[in-house]
Amino acid sequence: MSIRTLALASCCILALAAPALADTTITILHVNDNKTAVKIWDQSAADYNASHKGVKVQFKYLENEAIKAKLPTMLQSQDSRPDAFYSWGGGVLDAQTKAGFLKDIKGEVGDVANKLSPTAVAAFTVDGKLYGLPFDTDAVPIFYNKALFAKAGVKPEDMQSWDGFLAAVKKLKAAGVTPIVVGAGEKWPMHFWYSYLVMRIGGSQALADAKAGKDGGFNNPTFVEAGQRLQELAALQPFQPGYASTSHAQSAAIFGDGKAAMDLMGSWLLGMQGPNASNGKGQPESNIGVMPFPTLPGGKGEIGDTLGGVHAFLVTKTAPAETADFLKFFSSEKYAKEAAEAGAYIPVVNGTAAYIKDPLVKQIAEMLAKTKYHQNFFDQDLGPSVGRVINDVSVDVAASKTTPKAAAAAIQEAEEQQ
Amino acid sequence: MSTARYDENPARAGMGAVGALVILLPPALLLFTLFVIWPIGEASWYSLFNWNGLGPVDRFIGLKNYKWAFESAVFQRAIFNNLLVIVVSLVIQLPLALGVALLVAGRAWGSVAFRMIFFLPYVLADIAAGLIWRFMFDGDYGLVAAITHALEMKPVYLLASDPWAFSAILAVVVWKYFGFHMMLYVAGLQGVDKSLLEAAEIDGANAWQKFRHVTLPMLAPMIRLSIFFAVVGSLQLFDFVAALTRGGPFDTTHTMVSFLYYFGVTRMRVGFGSAVGDVLFVVCVAFAWGYRRWVMRDD
Repeated sequence: MSIRTLALASCCILALAAPALADTTITILHVNDNKTAVKIWDQSAADYNASHKGVKVQFKYLENEAIKAKLPTMLQSQDSRPDAFYSWGGGVLDAQTKAGFLKDIKGEVGDVANKLSPTAVAAFTVDGKLYGLPFDTDAVPIFYNKALFAKAGVKPEDMQSWDGFLAAVKKLKAAGVTPIVVGAGEKWPMHFWYSYLVMRIGGSQALADAKAGKDGGFNNPTFVEAGQRLQELAALQPFQPGYASTSHAQSAAIFGDGKAAMDLMGSWLLGMQGPNASNGKGQPESNIGVMPFPTLPGGKGEIGDTLGGVHAFLVTKTAPAETADFLKFFSSEKYAKEAAEAGAYIPVVNGTAAYIKDPLVKQIAEMLAKTKYHQNFFDQDLGPSVGRVINDVSVDVAASKTTPKAAAAAIQEAEEQQ
Repeated sequence: MSTARYDENPARAGMGAVGALVILLPPALLLFTLFVIWPIGEASWYSLFNWNGLGPVDRFIGLKNYKWAFESAVFQRAIFNNLLVIVVSLVIQLPLALGVALLVAGRAWGSVAFRMIFFLPYVLADIAAGLIWRFMFDGDYGLVAAITHALEMKPVYLLASDPWAFSAILAVVVWKYFGFHMMLYVAGLQGVDKSLLEAAEIDGANAWQKFRHVTLPMLAPMIRLSIFFAVVGSLQLFDFVAALTRGGPFDTTHTMVSFLYYFGVTRMRVGFGSAVGDVLFVVCVAFAWGYRRWVMRDD
């Protein structure tokens, strides 16, 4: 073999090996069904890949239930562990940090974290360590159908107190309107009602105190009263017939078809009520209003306190350094602004919520800007085992299949079995 | 002569069998151990711990997971529901399948087409069939809605009320699987010796007597087999529950497997789920072993 062939051969091998060595693939798992949002994300990945040679960032979709079932296994496997994944924070995040699957990226992201909403960042900080960067947040208001309200002669101003709210529900019933739609077949939509009642009765410390086991833990009077209030509402039969089997998508369809007056739901309802409605269009936004959950007599919670989610991408322990770098890039104002303008979600990058054009989403963003106490969804906060029990008992209490006391006791029992 | 040759080389025959064992057994044994024995052992081990699937398995709680499971009203209902599926399979589904099989087993005009039609549901994926039926049962937009609307009745929400929701699941189970059992019986009926039937006829037996004393005994091995499939399938029922009700309303339509999934897997209670899985495993093995030992021993 001559020197020339040898040189040529080694050049070829080098040429083949070089890109293989430098190629870093970063996989980010997510559950987002919102096409507008995913398009912006994919674009951000494409932009990053174009400006960073040898790095390939890709967003991968997994269905909501599937990711919850599969992720624990995936995290334990060196081969299928994603580099970053979608997180709701709360109890699952705690379990994942305790098991040591996540990476503290506080040092790597530097001051980018300071440009994000502090409450959102705090939701993903455990013991001073930051495990990911949040990108969106949400609050749950009561969405209402203006035409149906007018038909029954009820006004949102009169519904800021619980008594006013119940009176309005009665009026709606009398006018032949289904007052409230709830997708109780999936349980968690009903837990929004229970959660807000707990927040309005017990104030900002109610959940934290119960978790800490103070005053009987979840057996304390706040949780029992929340159940009683829910039964007080349910006694008026405010929910659509057959609500116990209604799925979340069906509930959005019912609201979109104008067959129910109110829906206690996150802002994603606006994106769902149209496509799920029988005519494919749903209610025009001009016919939808938003209002806060009412306050309760003698309750410690304020009308401005909000319940809602906050989502982040968490970085796993074996992820390459470029993962945090990409998340920094992803958290730039550019993509947050695009998401806001397109109405995809409420971004957490400071100042970008101002770009929201949709008047209803804007109102929700303003609620979030003013809130003094923002509570993560109870079922996320408490983690999967206790969280799902809260969802179970919310439905059972509302349907009087269990007593408020037994419901509170069931949550406490789940907490102790955890 | 042949005995002599055999005696000449007794070791060789033995070596042959052992050799075959050495060569043929390990792959199967390895796969069986790796994918069946090992996971079962692991699940039994996890069932003694309070473990969320993440981190070390170190919170030993003895048999508490089993205690919690049996104390759970939802699990008790799930066991009851499983029994209900078995009863409905044996009392409604199999006789129905046998009746239809008798009608379509012959060479009459159209019988092949009917066999195909009745078998068709079985070919569908369970989850797809479940979703189709979920739509049919829907009180607002589905087939039931259309019927109640046409009759000017109040809307009916089958999947939202307690005894009806599980009845709906049972109806779908019968619809989906009777075609499979029908096919088993059709195959069995084609093996029934025609001369026996003719002999019975000559002896003056009527149609019922021919069925009772000739067809049924000849078909017995197939019936025993189909009962075995029906019971084991009933114990493993999951897809229809997931697609139709997710265990609702109020957790009244769970089966043992859906309970395992919704209360073990999705709640990240791996230890608890393993305990439920172990219970299910013991029930299945006990049935399979007992049934083969005592009922199918002659087949």
